Amino acid sequence: MIPRAFEYHAPTSVAEAASLLDQHGDSAKLLAGGHSLLPLMKLRLAQPEVVIDLAKISDLSYIRQSNGGLSIGAMTTYADIESSADVQSLAPALAETAGMVADRQVRNMGTIGGSLAHSDPAGDLPAIILALGAQMVTSSSGAHRTIAADDFFVDLFTTALQPNEILNEIQIPALPSGTGTAYAKFGNKASHYAIVGIAAVLTASGGKCQSVRIGITGAGAKATRATSVENALTGASLDGATIKAAAQLASDGIDFNEDVHASAEYRAHLTRLYTERVLLEAASRAG
Amino acid sequence: MTVTITVEVNGESYTNDVEPRLLLTHYIREVLNLTGTHVGCDTSNCGACTIILDGKAVKSCTVLAVRANGGKVTTIEGLAKKNGELHPLQDAFWEKHGLQCGFCTPGMIMSAYDLLSNNPNPSEQDIREGMSGNLCRCTGYHNIVKAIEYAAQKM
Repeated sequence: MIPRAFEYHAPTSVAEAASLLDQHGDSAKLLAGGHSLLPLMKLRLAQPEVVIDLAKISDLSYIRQSNGGLSIGAMTTYADIESSADVQSLAPALAETAGMVADRQVRNMGTIGGSLAHSDPAGDLPAIILALGAQMVTSSSGAHRTIAADDFFVDLFTTALQPNEILNEIQIPALPSGTGTAYAKFGNKASHYAIVGIAAVLTASGGKCQSVRIGITGAGAKATRATSVENALTGASLDGATIKAAAQLASDGIDFNEDVHASAEYRAHLTRLYTERVLLEAASRAG
Repeated sequence: MTVTITVEVNGESYTNDVEPRLLLTHYIREVLNLTGTHVGCDTSNCGACTIILDGKAVKSCTVLAVRANGGKVTTIEGLAKKNGELHPLQDAFWEKHGLQCGFCTPGMIMSAYDLLSNNPNPSEQDIREGMSGNLCRCTGYHNIVKAIEYAAQKM
């Protein structure tokens, strides 16, 4: 399968890429790792006239400690996130999530920024990004802005990014002591895409939940928070029965996807089950 | 519109004018005539097209040839020595009968090469997880795992 012919640019700076976006507008697509965009182009579901390849911009691939948290360049690959000692220690479930994406060849090319900007409803990263309360830093010509994870995922394959904006960096805040993180998914056996994937970031003290954020992917059109579970658990005892009861609320308010892989009813069941599992895991890690 | 690219493939430098939409796998097979790299599913699932790009295993059906400009590629043809002596992985697939029809084998070996470069003493579980991006439709996984274990001992 061959993509439609396109004009190719490989800018060497974000400013140059932003200027190309201004020039070409909606006819252009940004190419990150290419593992979502190129398959769409090969099937001609996407037919951009201009492709702006971000691979030659050297300062978009990095992982840095920042105020006790992390700053991750948008072109950083899953493989680099999975193997980063900084990510493993400061946001363990982010490293684990990156290691659960597809397979090692895909993880060697696929990037955090590409995944988030694509906002595939079955992508793994949006769940943990929501649970961690990450911030997305973007650039356009002459301007920068920061978008909270809660505002970033808008709809199916749709984010808050404007057509002239480039996602530069993902900022992960410092986690308070006594915080446990976890991600688990029921994946498609062939593609490993999340049929349902749940992430939790939970802070505990004296056996009680101080705060918790839960991200859900795969279930509906876009990744979303499980706010009713969060509200039910905050301040509550972290025993198995309380967690199980709270997890029953995880399917509230979601318009579940239904496809050849799983019915809406089954996805709702998986959402409750995996929420319970990741909460137990996050609580045990919170110590 | 064409773009001039220079790529080092199996130690030799090649410069070609290519269309931006040319996929790396087609560049390798049809421009360089190195047909050991196979196209299987053409959808980045099966791994038959796996090559090493700048030290990492990638699925070359999902990489533009222009992306490899200035980079280094190793294909299955680049593993054996010039005198024909097989790479330990190639020898191991022979010794342990790690193939039936052979179509997936070049991709299997390039993935295993990447796996062993990063983890020289993998457990069986490490191998099964590390090779999960390569499909064998003859159902030959058992001997593929044995071959990689055998190669790891020899390397």
